[in-house]
Amino acid sequence: MTNSSETGTPGLMAKAVREGIFAGVIAFGMFLLYVGIETYQNIDNRLVWRTRWGLLAIFVIVAAVARFLTVGFIKPHLDRRKLAKAKSGILEISEEKGFLRTHFLKIALIALLLYPPVSVMLFGPQGSLKYVDNFGIQILIYVMLAWGLNIVVGLAGLLDLGYVAFYAVGAYSYALLAQHLGLSFWLLLPLAGILAACWGVILGFPVLRLRGDYLAIVTLAFGEIIRLVLINWTDVTRGTFGISGIPKASVFGIWSFDVGSANYFPKAFGLATSSAWYKIFLFYVILALCLLTAYVTIRLRRMPIGRAWEALREDEIACRSLGINTVTTKLTAFAIGAMFGGFAGSFFATRQGFVSPESFVFLESAVILAIVVLGGMGSLTGIAIAAVLMVGGTELLREMEFLKLVFGPDFTPELYRMLLFGLAMIVVMLFKPRGFVGSREPTAFLKERKAVSGSFTKEGHG
Amino acid sequence: MEYFIQQLINGLTLGSIYGLVAIGYTMVYGIIGMINFAHGDIFMLGGFAALIIFLILTSFFAGIPVALLLLVMLIVGMLMTGLWNWTIERVAYRPLRGSFRLAPLITAIGMSIVLSNFIQVTQGPRNKPIPQLVSDVYHLGAITISLKQIIIVILTAVLLFAFWYIVNKTPLGRAQRATEQDRKMAALLGVDVDRTISITFVMGAALAAVAGCMYLMYYGVASFNDGFIPGVKAFTAAVLGGIGSLPGAVLGGLLIGLIESLWSAYFTIAYKDVATFAILAFVLIFKPTGILGRPEVEKV
Amino acid sequence: MTLQDTNTTNAMTSDTILKVEHLSMKFGGLMAINDFSFEARRGEITALIGPNGAGKTTVFNCITGFYKPTMGMITLRQGDGKEHLLERLRDFEITKLAKVARTFQNIRLFSGLTVLENLLVAQHNVLMKASGYTILGLLGLPAYRNAARAATEKAQYWLEKADLIERADDPAGDLPYGAQRRLEIARAMCTGPELLCLDEPAAGLNPRESAALNTLLHSIRDEGVSILLIEHDMSVVMEISDHVVVLEYGQKISDGTPDHVKNDPKVIAAYLGVEDDEVHEVIAEELEGGAH
Repeated sequence: MTNSSETGTPGLMAKAVREGIFAGVIAFGMFLLYVGIETYQNIDNRLVWRTRWGLLAIFVIVAAVARFLTVGFIKPHLDRRKLAKAKSGILEISEEKGFLRTHFLKIALIALLLYPPVSVMLFGPQGSLKYVDNFGIQILIYVMLAWGLNIVVGLAGLLDLGYVAFYAVGAYSYALLAQHLGLSFWLLLPLAGILAACWGVILGFPVLRLRGDYLAIVTLAFGEIIRLVLINWTDVTRGTFGISGIPKASVFGIWSFDVGSANYFPKAFGLATSSAWYKIFLFYVILALCLLTAYVTIRLRRMPIGRAWEALREDEIACRSLGINTVTTKLTAFAIGAMFGGFAGSFFATRQGFVSPESFVFLESAVILAIVVLGGMGSLTGIAIAAVLMVGGTELLREMEFLKLVFGPDFTPELYRMLLFGLAMIVVMLFKPRGFVGSREPTAFLKERKAVSGSFTKEGHG
Repeated sequence: MEYFIQQLINGLTLGSIYGLVAIGYTMVYGIIGMINFAHGDIFMLGGFAALIIFLILTSFFAGIPVALLLLVMLIVGMLMTGLWNWTIERVAYRPLRGSFRLAPLITAIGMSIVLSNFIQVTQGPRNKPIPQLVSDVYHLGAITISLKQIIIVILTAVLLFAFWYIVNKTPLGRAQRATEQDRKMAALLGVDVDRTISITFVMGAALAAVAGCMYLMYYGVASFNDGFIPGVKAFTAAVLGGIGSLPGAVLGGLLIGLIESLWSAYFTIAYKDVATFAILAFVLIFKPTGILGRPEVEKV
Repeated sequence: MTLQDTNTTNAMTSDTILKVEHLSMKFGGLMAINDFSFEARRGEITALIGPNGAGKTTVFNCITGFYKPTMGMITLRQGDGKEHLLERLRDFEITKLAKVARTFQNIRLFSGLTVLENLLVAQHNVLMKASGYTILGLLGLPAYRNAARAATEKAQYWLEKADLIERADDPAGDLPYGAQRRLEIARAMCTGPELLCLDEPAAGLNPRESAALNTLLHSIRDEGVSILLIEHDMSVVMEISDHVVVLEYGQKISDGTPDHVKNDPKVIAAYLGVEDDEVHEVIAEELEGGAH
């Protein structure tokens, strides 16, 4: 960068103004019809239209100003910073980690364990429901799903766009078997996992030869097929009505959470009758499941199979030249990833008490994949952070009642949930294409464990 | 027999729409090797542009000739989606070119979510019905052909030819093919790669707008989530025909359309999408290069 | 049990490790390899040379199972007398069962894994068995821990041989080119092969790296591992190989000791690229020269 950018000379400003106006013109063209015109049905149910010039003007001005600021100020600033960094010659890797970073996992774990009691103390049993259920459990389900998918995508490098299918298999396995055979959650949880793993192998087998985007599309197709079968096989699944009245999980068969039963949990402990206790119990169940997923992933990475997955992601042909059976290696990745999806699915079913195909649309697969990629493929910590930010962030929108004061009473923040989620996906990818944690921890070392920079790791062919 | 021919005609009509969308997928995949997940939503945007133009024109000029109305709907739709796809490529895909391979796929999925939710927020979640635009029907014995079916099939044929001509016979097409083969080499030889890729996105979007407009005319309804399923089917069509090949995309589209209408006619309508997806899986597993695609040799 | 038997495939002489017979490979209409036969002897370095496009890498890919030959038979005889027909095995089985390891012309390392991890991946099959196909290993049994330690020691041994021990914990993609070549060879050695196939190991190396490579290859041979290599660099070939096979247009044109091949007029013609009718002149000249 020359001196001109440092002082913000007229040349730069002129360029910024030009670009800003250009962006405004483009935005005007783009939003003219969709924002400037509103279509709605009138009382005769006929489609009519009216204009929204004010809103259109806001869109255009925002686009123009944002572009002006980016070109005129933000970009020169970033360039200067980069230049200063390059000049000082200090690498971005900082050797010493702060207290928070070295003990991050322990602190996070303790915080999670204390989360429900603290919420109950602060907001009372009923008030804690929102925090434990909407935030805690909801986020942890996604953490578990993303960690499960991470085995397939992050470690083995197999791009799976139909992961939600295994989630569905787990959920329906639990729902159907619990209703028809009356088996307990703790018996069905492993069974659902095994069933999902079987489906992982069944669906994985035909697609082994496929690479890259083709694999992505076929897994997407399989995911959709399973959803469509769930919708249409009404005799078993009751189609779009879904299955309701799924039994609750019990505390290992000792205490139950059914209000009427003799061994009702809150009664046994002298607590007030509230559904909050069940949610708190579920919180610990899903936390335990997440920890199990993390433990297995960490252990497997240090085992030959885990190394073979990562090697597969790096170079499949080299793997074959080293005597690694890539077929079984890929299938185990599919099966184990699917198994965790199945666990999460059966948990989901018992938490909701209701499953329907609505919960297993492609969008869910996309969200889970996005969390894996945004977190940084292969990194458990990064993925957990991404899940908290993306799922927690969008859940937070539901809570933002105060926005109604700004945008008027008929403003519903939930409507913007997915819109903002999509925008966040794009923005994070643009700034951090390798996700929040781009580096990789080696699984073995001779002298010291050095993180492998993301620029060396590959993302797999499939 | 008449029933069969009737289904054949319906299938061809539907297939033409899929084929038009599929061309956009195939061109973008061909040139930058990326599944533009948002393309289905561009198709949906095209439909909405046509819908809004239809409403505006019919409210100002009540007796406007249908042909003129359709023409304006098409042109505005093409301009609109072209502009959108140009911007999307510029903002969300170009900065990630040459980086991590999964990144543009994720932004494309994100873009697809943004587009459908953007329309849901700005135009409302309800289906938008419009009155019948073209209602002429011709009877040949027991078979009925509607004028809109004829329009759709002829328009597809004309556009396919036009685009085939552009890609194979013009300097622009040569630049596109060169970029497709080897982007770096093309740039060294003076092809403006960025511009070529942008134009490809605009061309694909324009065809998607035509398809969106035809879809609106055929079914008389538009909805914000119309992008996903037709989008996936069009991508299936592109893969079935052999990705990268323009005639392949249309051939794939026609096949998907035929399978869908024949399956609905002779088996159960409930599983028609399952049939489509199952065919996609089968084709990819047994002949990943599609019907007209070039074979790919594994380099060791 | 007379001479006749020695000609049949099953009775390879005990010092033959690899026998390729009537190998042909067709790509579409193109005959890349045409009726090609040769033998590699145990404990020797055999070089496969030839001009560009002669089909050397294709032969390699047939031997290591990445291509299925159109015709022909490839027999590998292990030290204990066990024989494998390589064209019937799948690529990974050739390494796993027949103990043939290979490297690639354009290096294929796991660039995001560390150097040590690369070598541990190469010991996948041994470790897999020791970990009870993962199940026992998950429980943390000592049997797996011992095997893991042994694997690290083996990796260390080869890292020292390849002079890479200092870089053991760095990502493989971070190594300079010559070190990457050596790492790929060390990685192949960690699979415990009897026959090591190297595809142009000296390509792109500077003279010092090239010398280091020669030392490494000699020490591998001294351990009793036979080597089959493709090479362009004639100085390397002549210096290290015991036996040279020359391939041109998919056919064998010469076979023998480096000295024999070096003076073979057909080889000279192939390398200097003389016209067909000039070959006779070259041969005549050679004969005259020999008469002196």
